[in-house]
Amino acid sequence: MKRRAFFNGLARVAALFGLGGLAGSLARRAQAGHTVWQIDPWKCTWCGKCATECVLELSAVKCVQFYDICGYCDFCTGYFEPQPNKLNTGAENQLCPTGAIIRKFIEDPYYEYSINEPLCVGCGKCVKGCTLFGNGSFHLQIRHDRCLNCNECSIAKACPVQAISRVPADKPYRFKTLEGKK
Amino acid sequence: MIAAQINQRFPPPQFTETGHQLPHLTAPPPRLGALDWLDMGVLLACLALATWLVLRRRQRRELMLLGLFSLLYFGFWRNGCVCAIGSIQNITQALFDSSYALPLTVLVFGVLPLAFALVVGRVFCAAVCPHGAFQDLMLLKPVTLPVWLEHGLRLLAYVYLGLAVVFAATGGGYIICRFDPFVQIFRLTGSLTMILTGVIFLLMSIFIGRPYCRFLCPYGVLLGLAGSVSRWRARITPDKCTLCRRCQNECPFNAINKATPRTLQIDPTPEDKRRLVIRCALLPTVIVAGLWLGGLSGDSLAKAHHTVALAERIHLEDAGAVTGATDASNGFRAEGTPPEKLFAEAHALVHRYVLAGRLCGAWVGLIVGLKLIVLAWRPRRPEFETDAVRCVACARCFEHCPQEHKRRQQKAEINGVLAS
Repeated sequence: MKRRAFFNGLARVAALFGLGGLAGSLARRAQAGHTVWQIDPWKCTWCGKCATECVLELSAVKCVQFYDICGYCDFCTGYFEPQPNKLNTGAENQLCPTGAIIRKFIEDPYYEYSINEPLCVGCGKCVKGCTLFGNGSFHLQIRHDRCLNCNECSIAKACPVQAISRVPADKPYRFKTLEGKK
Repeated sequence: MIAAQINQRFPPPQFTETGHQLPHLTAPPPRLGALDWLDMGVLLACLALATWLVLRRRQRRELMLLGLFSLLYFGFWRNGCVCAIGSIQNITQALFDSSYALPLTVLVFGVLPLAFALVVGRVFCAAVCPHGAFQDLMLLKPVTLPVWLEHGLRLLAYVYLGLAVVFAATGGGYIICRFDPFVQIFRLTGSLTMILTGVIFLLMSIFIGRPYCRFLCPYGVLLGLAGSVSRWRARITPDKCTLCRRCQNECPFNAINKATPRTLQIDPTPEDKRRLVIRCALLPTVIVAGLWLGGLSGDSLAKAHHTVALAERIHLEDAGAVTGATDASNGFRAEGTPPEKLFAEAHALVHRYVLAGRLCGAWVGLIVGLKLIVLAWRPRRPEFETDAVRCVACARCFEHCPQEHKRRQQKAEINGVLAS
């Protein structure tokens, strides 16, 4: 029994040192400041998986409007169906399945489009329309008031183009910029 | 198709008439980083408290209260994420992928319970892990599983650990997180399948003590190995064991080793010795078999990796074997990377998976072989004792030990005398 206790002790000390060494070497590389998940809007292909793959019932991904890029078009290709009956706020004319985009008249011929976030499901239909035919001011972002910051983001896992990655928490958003892709 | 720069197809207006000011884009901040430090502090405090409760207080009720707190804090409040079980994958990924930035919280959650287990056994399982606490609180009518089933099912956890390491090391994803039965219940939202799985596990927990911990938890495997060389651990009786078997009857986790009956305390027969020798000789064979089987599974394991899956799809599309395109293949073609580069990458990955599959198979073979040896080994035990690997220090056995009752009575008497 004594011999066994001795070998146990030896193994324990070795394991403790091993664990300490592992932790030490990893800790030097580990990030003290934490990181959060975010979408690279330049990689995103608006496939619609953000709306369905998030662990939350209502996805943490929402469309955001970067007003500086927006053309304030009357016929907004992010707001309207490809061939709308009329350019008005009738539900049959809208692209958004939940009516989450607010269209507001500013001055002739400009309209302002903003997102009613609680309604947005992050499906990206408006992002597609805006990016393909307009200025691309709508883009999808993970909203950190909703995101649970899971260890493995299940949207990132399902994303067809690997557009979601971890970013430092002090810069938690990847909004498009006026300079374009950096 | 992907816009690489801002398409100013429609120049933004100046609003000369109304002087309209552009609204600002809101950016709700993420959870405070300071709360991460709080989590680490709470973890350390809970581990220290659990150690004290198991080794000194020896009170099941207090341990249950701590378990309830852990369930509420680490489970429902922190949504069960980050957890120690999943941290295995992050640490593995950090070891194999130098570009991966390991969050400090995850490192601490992975290392601290192991360090405690090396010194005082699996106190983390006892009352700090929300998964364990959840199942333990559900346990009402424990049934004892047959020994062969118990040992067989426990092997699953080793396989699960091997697979989780394979996938984390090769970038195939975190299977422990994806197939965690409880995390979706902690979040109170999630896919129906996983929530149902969680509910089934909880219902099973009423009769089978901690089914996830015993038969699947990959972190429990590591904690068990660490616990097997621990300096101190839960000791059933505070005094001399009276061989009453009450502890063994009460342990719902099959984690107590029988004392050898006095009539059987004779030297092993030649047959026993022969069995042991045969099983020792079997060990290399089992390892080689595992190695071979693991290598065979490499190809199918590789399909879990998105690069391999994408390369396969692109190859099929180019060969005309499938019609149409997926989001992934569309995205890949829009990026403009030559397919050859993708194929080369996928090839290298498949090679890595075959190697990783072999190692994983050898690991499982080693465990199976060692298990066979351990089952043939009948060490003499003078008293009933907790199994160093399997015991989760739940403190149930203390409550049923007559010697412990005697101790408590004496303690109460002494306290009474001191008070008067």
